Amino acid sequence: MGSTNSTLLKIPNVEVLMQETGLKLVAEENCLNVSPAHIIRLHDRFKALDKEGRGHLCPHDFGAIKELAMNPIGDRIIGAFFSPGKETVDFHTFVKILAHFRPVDKDRPKEPNSPEPINSRSNKLKFAFQLYDQDKDGKISRDELLQVLRAMLGMQVTDEQLESIADRTIQEADLDRDDTISFEEFRKSLEKINIDHKMSIRFLR
Amino acid sequence: GYLHFTKKKKKTFLRTRGSETISKAGTDQSGVALVINRPPSNHTPDTDPDPDPGETTQAVFTLNYPRIQIPFEITLWVLLASFAKIGFHVYHKITVWVPESCLLISIGLIVGGIMHSLHEKPPAVLTSNAFFLYMLPPIVLDSGYFMPTRPFFENFGTVLWFAVVGTLWNSIGIGISLFAICQIEVFGVQDITLQENFLFASIISAVEPVAVLTVFEDISVHEQLYIVVFGECLFNDAVTVVLYNLFNHVAALEVVEAGDVFLDIGRFFVVGLGGTIFGALFGFVTAFTTRFTGKVREIEPLIIFLYSYLAYLIAELFAISSIMAIVICALTMKYYVEENVSQRSCTTIRHVIKMVGSVSETLIFFFLGVVTITTEHEWNWGYILFALLFALLWRGLGILVLTQIINPFRTIPFNFKDQFGLAYGGLRGAVSFALAFTLPDNIGRKDLFITGTIVVIIFTVFIQGITIRPLLKLMNVRKTNRNQETINDEIHKRLMEHTVAGIEDLCGQWSHYYWKDKFMKFNNRILRKILIRDNHPESSIVALYKKLELQNAMEVLDQMSGDISAAPSLISLHEERKNASKSRKKFLSSDVTNMHELLSKNMYKIRHRTVSYTNKHTLPDDITAREILMRRHTSLRRSLRAGSFHGTNAAKMSQKYFSLPMGRSLNSRFPPRRLVHADGDIESEINYSSIRHPQRVSSKAVMPLRPLNTLKEVASSVNTVDGQNEEQRGCRRSHLGSNVSRSGHLTSHLPHGSSRNCSDGDHDAWVEEPQNNSDVQHPLMRRPHWLPQKPHDK
Repeated sequence: MGSTNSTLLKIPNVEVLMQETGLKLVAEENCLNVSPAHIIRLHDRFKALDKEGRGHLCPHDFGAIKELAMNPIGDRIIGAFFSPGKETVDFHTFVKILAHFRPVDKDRPKEPNSPEPINSRSNKLKFAFQLYDQDKDGKISRDELLQVLRAMLGMQVTDEQLESIADRTIQEADLDRDDTISFEEFRKSLEKINIDHKMSIRFLR
Repeated sequence: GYLHFTKKKKKTFLRTRGSETISKAGTDQSGVALVINRPPSNHTPDTDPDPDPGETTQAVFTLNYPRIQIPFEITLWVLLASFAKIGFHVYHKITVWVPESCLLISIGLIVGGIMHSLHEKPPAVLTSNAFFLYMLPPIVLDSGYFMPTRPFFENFGTVLWFAVVGTLWNSIGIGISLFAICQIEVFGVQDITLQENFLFASIISAVEPVAVLTVFEDISVHEQLYIVVFGECLFNDAVTVVLYNLFNHVAALEVVEAGDVFLDIGRFFVVGLGGTIFGALFGFVTAFTTRFTGKVREIEPLIIFLYSYLAYLIAELFAISSIMAIVICALTMKYYVEENVSQRSCTTIRHVIKMVGSVSETLIFFFLGVVTITTEHEWNWGYILFALLFALLWRGLGILVLTQIINPFRTIPFNFKDQFGLAYGGLRGAVSFALAFTLPDNIGRKDLFITGTIVVIIFTVFIQGITIRPLLKLMNVRKTNRNQETINDEIHKRLMEHTVAGIEDLCGQWSHYYWKDKFMKFNNRILRKILIRDNHPESSIVALYKKLELQNAMEVLDQMSGDISAAPSLISLHEERKNASKSRKKFLSSDVTNMHELLSKNMYKIRHRTVSYTNKHTLPDDITAREILMRRHTSLRRSLRAGSFHGTNAAKMSQKYFSLPMGRSLNSRFPPRRLVHADGDIESEINYSSIRHPQRVSSKAVMPLRPLNTLKEVASSVNTVDGQNEEQRGCRRSHLGSNVSRSGHLTSHLPHGSSRNCSDGDHDAWVEEPQNNSDVQHPLMRRPHWLPQKPHDK
């Protein structure tokens, strides 16, 4: 693994990165954890996307991915990479965001003082929440919900149908009756769903 | 004088102009001559006793049938088949439940019945030559050309596995079982040798899972399965034909030695690989040729067809797999050719390929029906029924076993439902029939084989074809208990699925990424330079948008009314914002069920592109893609319009739409204007403007950022002599700047001043840095700099 190590060293702040994201450097007891390779691959992918070699990505670099363009919420996903006010994504942020999609480590010992891992269920839910909540006020308003619905549904659906779906959604989840869905309500409404399974990408383990 | 007719099909004679006669021996002549007798003059003797002996025969009006007979009859058959197709689609519900192949065979049966009762023979179309040289290539080219390349290559291993190994498994298994059956005396088929059994087995293993694809579309089977089914069908044909030839050859031998067997196996690989390499070679040559067809756009489609056909023929010459050759040729050249040729040629190519392919297939099914009635059948209960049984059995077993073996290697393993779909969906089709029909006559039991094949085909097509849909639905429904989910769950789950799909696409598919990356590098560095005319490192997204916009434009031209209902609704979203009553609505359970229905039918499936190629009988269609793009365009526009154009923080914040600067621009009844106007008038989107506060500035801002390479390419072609093409290109380019007005009042305009465009030496796709717009942060939001700055009048 000599070559891997040397490549790893070229990536700035790689140890910090790995610690934060949980992509481990050393393979632990189960040898499926070949994570250094993941970082390297992600780095390769980052470089491939960054066609001009600037070291950071801009929205249009993301936009060049054809499949993402075809995704109904592709723009929101891209937007999630850019924290407010920032125009570019560096590798660090790139990996951190992607780390949300690591499958949850079930056998991880719960250390009381460690920060919550990025790929915890709660953080995954936060990521999903953020896709709805574009104005970042911590609540999903009816409008935001309508926008997402409109993006995900075909054109044959009429507005009335759309609105009634949105109303029903809010009704189901909204516990404090303020006509918006807060994060807690969001989390509660999705109790039964296996978020780990739904929001994970297998090969990021 | 008198009139005199000769009825067709009987003895014939033909008289023209009195001075010459044409007569043909043979059964299928007809001649009609309308003859008006005049006072005697000389006439040449006829070969046929004619009750009109010595009179003059100055024909005033003659019909000369034999001359046109062959093309005429071909045309009539094709026309009949086309009517059948039109007929099916008149009543749409039929095609949902009954696959087209069924319907075609039924019509064929009816026509066959008619012909049989009239004691006519069916046309001798299915001779070996006619089939292999004329009817098969279009079918295969059709499959190959419309194969979606990227998913195909990603699943290449699986596809090959199922196609090659699966077919081998089927053939050998069925062959051996049937041979065992033959040994049983009671069936009376002991004379069929092992080789002949293998031959028969290879014929009936050729699977054509066409009907299955349409069914899969409704049940949400994941994309991988589509590709496997599609690809299997394709390579299946190739393998079957190779096996067929192999066994044919072997069947003729009296004694088979072990050495022969090894030679045959070796030959199998040579044939397959040879075909592939050959095809790739031809593909590249075609691509290279199209590089130079810039000035002769009219013959571009012709070149494609000729080269593909040539690949096929030359492969036949060398007796290597011609199907593989033509398929690989189509696959390789598609990518480069579609960049080199004009949009019109591209459309032509696709349409013609689709047309000829489907005609060919239709005809074969048709003849199947006809031949079923009109030929002499040799019926042997035992043999045929066992053949059917084994065909089904071995396919099922084969799929099971093969899936178990290959599942560990796949990122998304096949579950039981998939396997069932694969196995049950293996309908036999046109190729089987044709292969059976063209068996050489030295096979003793040829008629038995033909009958057996027909039985298998008809059984699978009718029974399996019709029942697969309900069965799959049943299996599907049992898995998801939808009613327990809330609407909430459904929506959020789908959102998450889309998210994950998007992130996966973002990361790229890792396992294949390595090779794909290498190939793409090689491609960009070397191949593209050689094979593509104006080579800009064009990102695929641009090509995609170009294509989509053109397609959409043309479709809007076709349908008169703009069916774009998104806009009013999008507008209403913002406009009627506070109108929603605050009172809580009561939802009945029926409402909720309706909502569930609505959601399940209308929510975009993950990576919806699967839908676009599932139906073999129609052209791939990108409706959902267009909808998505269109929406993004409008939301982009609206968000820009709402916020200030010059990018304040608020605007930046509220627009998280870092989407592609796409312009869903639609030309409609207003044909794109010619390149004359260099002053770029930007039309007003009348309705849009009237509803919202018209801000010309922002409307222009949304002018999609067109990659300049398009313009550049266009610019270079502006100088071409080709006048008509200008309009076409204008059409293309005009998308660069058009706006969509919601009432259907669609406008277009051409980019302003090609001269201005030419000055941009910038080839890079996205990064348009308008020099004068530094205050707008977001690159995508910046105004394209080729526009005139100033807001016009309102």
